Amino acid sequence: MAVAKGAPARGALLSIRLPRTRGATLAFYVVRRIFWMIPVLLFVITITFVLMHLAPGSPWDRGGGRQLSPAVVANLNNKYGLDKPIWQQFLIYVWNVAHFDFGLSYQYINQTVTSVLLESWGATFTVGVLAFILIVPAGIGLGVIAALRQNTWVDFLCVGFSTFGAAVPNFVIGILLIIIFSVELYQVTGGNVFLPPGGFGFDDHLILPVITLAVLPIAYIARLARSSTLDVLRQDYVRTAWAKGLRERLVVMRHVLKNSLIPVVTALGPTFAFLITGSVIVETVFAIPGIGRSFVVAVSSRDYPMILATTILYSVLIAVANLIVDLLYTVIDPRVRLS
Amino acid sequence: MAAPLLRVTDLKTQFFTSRGVVHAVDGVSFEIGKGETVAIVGESGSGKTITALSILRLVPDPGRIVSGSIMFKDRDVVTMDHDEVREFRGNDVAMIFQDPMTSLNPVTRVGTQIEEAMSAHERFSKKESHDRVVPLLTKVRIPEAKKRISDYPHQFSGGMRQRAMIAMGLSNEPEMLIADEPTTALDVTVQAQIIQLLKTLNRDVGAAIVLITHNMALVASLAQRVIVMYAGRIVEQGPVEQIFDSPQHPYTWSLLQSVPRVDQARSERLVSITGLPPDLVRMPPGCKFNPRCRFKIERCQREEPPLGEVAPNQLARCWVLMRNVTDDEKKDAKRAEVSSQAVAHIKEQTGTA
Amino acid sequence: MAVAATNTLEQVDWENPEQIGLWQDAWQRFRRNPIAVIGLIIVAIITLSAIFARIVFAFHLPFLPDYLAQDPANADLGFFSKGHILGSDYLGRDMLSRLLYGAGISLTIGVLTQVIYLVIGAAIGLTSGYLGGRADNLLMRFVDVWYAFPDLLFLLVVVSVFGASLFTIFFAIGLIYWVDLARLIRGQVLSIKEKEYVEGARAAGSSPMKIILRHLVPNSLGPVIVALTFGIPRAIFLEATLSFLGAGIVPPTPSWGVMIHDGYESIFAHPVEVLLPAVAIAITMLSFSFIGDGLRDSLDPRMRR
Repeated sequence: MAVAKGAPARGALLSIRLPRTRGATLAFYVVRRIFWMIPVLLFVITITFVLMHLAPGSPWDRGGGRQLSPAVVANLNNKYGLDKPIWQQFLIYVWNVAHFDFGLSYQYINQTVTSVLLESWGATFTVGVLAFILIVPAGIGLGVIAALRQNTWVDFLCVGFSTFGAAVPNFVIGILLIIIFSVELYQVTGGNVFLPPGGFGFDDHLILPVITLAVLPIAYIARLARSSTLDVLRQDYVRTAWAKGLRERLVVMRHVLKNSLIPVVTALGPTFAFLITGSVIVETVFAIPGIGRSFVVAVSSRDYPMILATTILYSVLIAVANLIVDLLYTVIDPRVRLS
Repeated sequence: MAAPLLRVTDLKTQFFTSRGVVHAVDGVSFEIGKGETVAIVGESGSGKTITALSILRLVPDPGRIVSGSIMFKDRDVVTMDHDEVREFRGNDVAMIFQDPMTSLNPVTRVGTQIEEAMSAHERFSKKESHDRVVPLLTKVRIPEAKKRISDYPHQFSGGMRQRAMIAMGLSNEPEMLIADEPTTALDVTVQAQIIQLLKTLNRDVGAAIVLITHNMALVASLAQRVIVMYAGRIVEQGPVEQIFDSPQHPYTWSLLQSVPRVDQARSERLVSITGLPPDLVRMPPGCKFNPRCRFKIERCQREEPPLGEVAPNQLARCWVLMRNVTDDEKKDAKRAEVSSQAVAHIKEQTGTA
Repeated sequence: MAVAATNTLEQVDWENPEQIGLWQDAWQRFRRNPIAVIGLIIVAIITLSAIFARIVFAFHLPFLPDYLAQDPANADLGFFSKGHILGSDYLGRDMLSRLLYGAGISLTIGVLTQVIYLVIGAAIGLTSGYLGGRADNLLMRFVDVWYAFPDLLFLLVVVSVFGASLFTIFFAIGLIYWVDLARLIRGQVLSIKEKEYVEGARAAGSSPMKIILRHLVPNSLGPVIVALTFGIPRAIFLEATLSFLGAGIVPPTPSWGVMIHDGYESIFAHPVEVLLPAVAIAITMLSFSFIGDGLRDSLDPRMRR
């Protein structure tokens, strides 16, 4: 049945006159994706919430014979709403979260979780951003150059680095770096030159943690960039480019890279996720006062609101990052964009 | 005869693989004259594509041109340095490839890809290159060329892509265009159009065309001369009418048997050649075609025949020569081909192959 | 002489080159890959040593000092001192024994979690692929959502909730990465479903599930083996990280992660105590990665001769 362009379909629930432009399709895609994030988040919250409350013992257990009196416990339970039935607690929680209220922390008396998060996010953010700035050019550069100069020492360096970087756990790398650059360097130079093994500051305190955090993603991206570039180099259209007599630089920039970097972009999503989980480890190894470290502390002290809030925060960040990466992908690949 | 545009002398291109040295092109010599259309035919593995790639010094790793010379006018392509070769490619000699879908960069606009073919060389400035794109596309009969230059390859149809490639190839007005299986990836109706286009362009532009194909019908409609290759060597060459009329090498003869002909009696079955192309690392002694040849004599298995003149302008590499084969033997050969095909077919069906 | 030569050459059948089976081919290719072979050798050595150590400890044989025996008087010794081949830690316990015991833990966790992945992943992948349609869609959405959960966080939370026994850790790690296997198997099932012989066999009356299973195993065995091989170092990594953060195996049981956790405090004074388990983890993970890479290359049908 012929319908005029843009006219609402007969019997449609929502009669919205939609412009059939590219922008509209893209906007729809974004909206749909954001929409999907909600059930995912709800899932995450539910699972975490359930797990929290499955745990034996209560957050007030002090262990070692220094139990609080039942009256105090009852008071605390009341104050934190722990005496209500579980499903009520859950609903209240979800409602609060929608208003960005993550409750009070169990460990830091009378401090809201939000305030604790606000205190510690700066350090995590700094280290994460710096690592990212290091990862993208280093990873892509290493991978591409290795592919272009296959079987030379650069290639072996890249493959070697990728294999080791991906196989050695990051806290091992962190520890090794500390041993080399803090301990040994200290001893060798009589205490004059060394890199600090922990703490946080906008100076050389950042060097070791940023490197440690960046190693695995660089290895991963370099390997991907290398294999993607090698694949592209074998393609017919690259042969066409050479046959036209183009200069090497043009062939590489316009014909090779434009194609080989597309899969690398999709790897940025998992990279971001890794920066998040990696930061937990790195902050612990290097004693950085960030969200990751507070998460570990929260886990061991059963600070449920803290744990919940951090998990939610991380999941949101990862979901947003994945969304951005997907959007980026649709923009840079014209085959996807124009269909 | 006027000096040839291209003279290839004893070209040897080899691939150094872990399994051994592959003699892809093993001592090939031929000439192409100005404005000529020459076809190089053979099955896959015969070395025809590598020969073409060698002319442009585009042999991929682990291959290398090992010896021989490729004289284009007065310069030897084999000894050119890097910058000379770059200038030479796409400019003096251009090449278009088999599958236009994979031969065009999917993420760059078609107009840009044609323009860069010109601006890469000294002849046209950036502006001139830009301005020449639309007329070029129009010349190869792409409708609405002005809109089309901002399109991406996947927005073109198969035939249009091949035309765009041809436009790209001719953009610098090369003296020679090498077309590697230009119609194989296209469907039949489009094939005819492209062939027509090539013919017209050859006439109007005056470029020599080297057509690489395994399709004998294509050769008949386009080429003036044909070079038949097998196992990296030339086994026959000569004017098209002459070769089609009386092929002297058994391989050429078999190739022609497999072309359906309007004047053929319907009861005569199409024959294809049994057996596989030789392993280019370990080749049989004597004539390289002998394992699959129906007319061989004892000498063929011992000694490789040289390329000799068997008729005016026609060369063939054979001890026997088809003119010495009786019609009965030919009939027997056809029957044998047919029946061995039948046997192979039956074996396949019953899983006893 | 010439005749003999011709005879030999004629025996070669120029028309029928040889074909080799996939597994023999894969093994040959694997053998020729020096890095993969080294990985295999190292893993074999580690496995044998771990088994040896377990036997020694179980039967109290005199070859190794007890891995739990503390001896504060002889703490922090260097290599080859007082019967401690690799020195002792801050409580005087023998490093070598602890390392070997930890090897057993890591390997066990590494391998057993793969079993869990396989079971869960195969079940879901098979079901999803077989059912197709909406059920498949739903399951895949579920898979995507599950994947969205940051792995370490999930682990930490689960372990904090359920306590840090070996079993919990197994289970928790097993719950994270089955997604990859599920997707892999589902993909295989889907592509088998598309092939014509399924329709043909169904028309002939045999159950589609049987057909799928018959074709699934040989086709997916390769990628599944590779995935599992790469899964082992991932599991080892997770356990080590957990233990290092104090949320994993409970001391004094010496998993490598626990050893790093213990030695971390004396990192300045005695870096060796942290270095040894760290290097052990690195080498083990690397070796499995090498094997995995080698397997993947040698099972890759595109690279066959």
